[in-house]
Amino acid sequence: MTELPTILIRPTKGWAALNLKDLWLYRELVYFLTWRDIKVRYKQAALGITWAVLQPLLTMVIFSFIFGNLAKLPSDGIPYPLFSYAAILPWQLFSSALQRSSVSLVGNANLLTKIYFPRLIIPFSAVMSSLVDFGIAFLIMIGLMIYYQVWPTLMTLWVIPLTLLTLITALAVSLWLSALNVLYRDVQHMIPFLLQFWMYASPVAYSAELIPPGVWTVIYGLNPMTGVIQGFRWALLGTEPPGILLAISIVIVIILLISGLFYFRRMEKTFADMV
Amino acid sequence: MSDIAIRVEGVSKKYRIGLLQTHNDTLRDAIVSKFNRTTRKMEHGQQDEIWALKDLSFEVHSGEVLGVVGRNGAGKSTLLKILSRVTEPTEGSIEIRGRVGSLLEVGTGFHPELTGRENIYLNGAILGMKRHEIIDKFDDIVDFSEVGQFIDTPVKRYSSGMYLRLAFAVAAHLEPEILVVDEVLAVGDAEFQRKCLGKMSDVAQQGRTVLFVSHNMSAILRLTQETIVLEKGKMLMRSPSPKAVDYYLSSGFSQMGERTWTSDEVPASASPFLPLAVRVKNTKGRTIDNLRSTESFCLEFEYDLKSAITGLRVGVYLLSTRGELVFTSFDTDENDLYEKYPSRSAGHYFSRCVIPADLLNEGRFVVGVNASSFRVKRYFQDEQALTFTVDAAGAPGMQWPEPRLGPIRPRIQWTIERIRK
Repeated sequence: MTELPTILIRPTKGWAALNLKDLWLYRELVYFLTWRDIKVRYKQAALGITWAVLQPLLTMVIFSFIFGNLAKLPSDGIPYPLFSYAAILPWQLFSSALQRSSVSLVGNANLLTKIYFPRLIIPFSAVMSSLVDFGIAFLIMIGLMIYYQVWPTLMTLWVIPLTLLTLITALAVSLWLSALNVLYRDVQHMIPFLLQFWMYASPVAYSAELIPPGVWTVIYGLNPMTGVIQGFRWALLGTEPPGILLAISIVIVIILLISGLFYFRRMEKTFADMV
Repeated sequence: MSDIAIRVEGVSKKYRIGLLQTHNDTLRDAIVSKFNRTTRKMEHGQQDEIWALKDLSFEVHSGEVLGVVGRNGAGKSTLLKILSRVTEPTEGSIEIRGRVGSLLEVGTGFHPELTGRENIYLNGAILGMKRHEIIDKFDDIVDFSEVGQFIDTPVKRYSSGMYLRLAFAVAAHLEPEILVVDEVLAVGDAEFQRKCLGKMSDVAQQGRTVLFVSHNMSAILRLTQETIVLEKGKMLMRSPSPKAVDYYLSSGFSQMGERTWTSDEVPASASPFLPLAVRVKNTKGRTIDNLRSTESFCLEFEYDLKSAITGLRVGVYLLSTRGELVFTSFDTDENDLYEKYPSRSAGHYFSRCVIPADLLNEGRFVVGVNASSFRVKRYFQDEQALTFTVDAAGAPGMQWPEPRLGPIRPRIQWTIERIRK
């Protein structure tokens, strides 16, 4: 006779243990929920997956026209379309992951109130599902690089850890926001504004060189997306390495992630009753 | 068979009514109520808390099929939610040996845009099946659901029957050691329900532990050996199912042929409909509990409308205590009343119907009530509002002292004709 696992259910008081092992046990559910989000996203849309190409491409065209042609912003000596697209790429990954993930708990309320599984899976798989769009948008980047004759180097491989950092940043922020959104639906109204503000606070349309050095750079660097975006430009286009900015970003993200995980776990037990 | 599968010890669950009904959904509400809370507490003490479960303790042996019955709000669903770890108890502890699968509602996690095939995988994963398990059982699931040829069609194009069959098929192929089932049988047509019940008794016979919650007393009697009766979050009794069902059906109801509702018993979702009372009356207008099969009687439903409702229909169900539905009837079934009341304005109402003499067999019957607008909203429903007893003295066939099966015993005109040889 096999020994059956014994589960003990009792009220948790205060801060709960993170229990990340549970997340691993339920990895197949992460896979299926991510797969569902991807599968459903462009169903019954005439253009389908083309949207994943159009969104960054059109943003790049608009930026190039307004900031590149009209405002003539400096772009570190790189053709402006290439310069902005290299930033739009991680930015759109971050913004779509954050948007989806922050409303994910409320959007899956029917699951939360019916079935047990580690709740972390929901914002986690929402973040993961944004990777497909990113992959497609990346193909355009390759096309642009060929057009402008910028050739990849070994440095380009840095894109992989930088993409990971983008995802972790989005997850860290949305752990806070998704749990808060269960309590206060204000969060979902706030997100579009937050993202707009955040984009202007990040060097997407302009160069980080425009920021006066000294105290301002440090404050500017507190935005974790600054380091990520500068890193992307460095890896893809060979601009100045992000250096200290990236280091600050990583520290900030780790703080956000750990505090977010604990906050999420603390709120988790009330989700089914509050959502 | 003495090992314990589930041990529940002193479990309580507290809800704050403020959280249940008036969500602090926006920051503004939260800030406002922060300020109000201090003053409110002083006025009302702790009255905005309710205990959905209070100090509940019981054990379930492995391989046992335990029924759980209780009125709406007795704490059944809360108990199942705690057992399936959807929500935490406020106090107490539960020890569970084995994997728990819950059928809290079939079709949870189905996505309308995905095909039947895709939903089987998704739903299986949500219910806790491993991928290889789903692949192994895929054909069985499709066979059981009978949607074979539509398996690659998005489920939003399915009829509601197909949708339910597929959803139940996935859930029914879960193989946890402990299965928690809530009212899955309340939906679907008779054929489907029969199939579900069959599947449930298979599960029970395989020696798995099942906790089965239902309003369907015949299903409880058929599937379970023992049943616990919950009332207001406490366990009233635990005994062999026939005894528990009988106790449940006759307790908590008034013995006087009348059931009244106080405003805190009526869920907020019923508004603007407010049920007041249901009564059984004899031909002389007296409220009675015991009546004769040979006399007609009146069912009276008294209610308030706080504001007008369009398309409202108020009706009764009559059930036998074995859970068989005898009939359903609404006050606007007849065309002239249907046309006279396209909408009902606010006010105090009585809906009455007369049940003809010589219709019911002897035994106890359950009256359920329902107030709804067809395909718009169900305002209020209570499947077990009250019970009454019918005495068959004077009914046809009483010269033979044998029980007649079936809930009705109509007086039917017979003729006997002899053809001369």
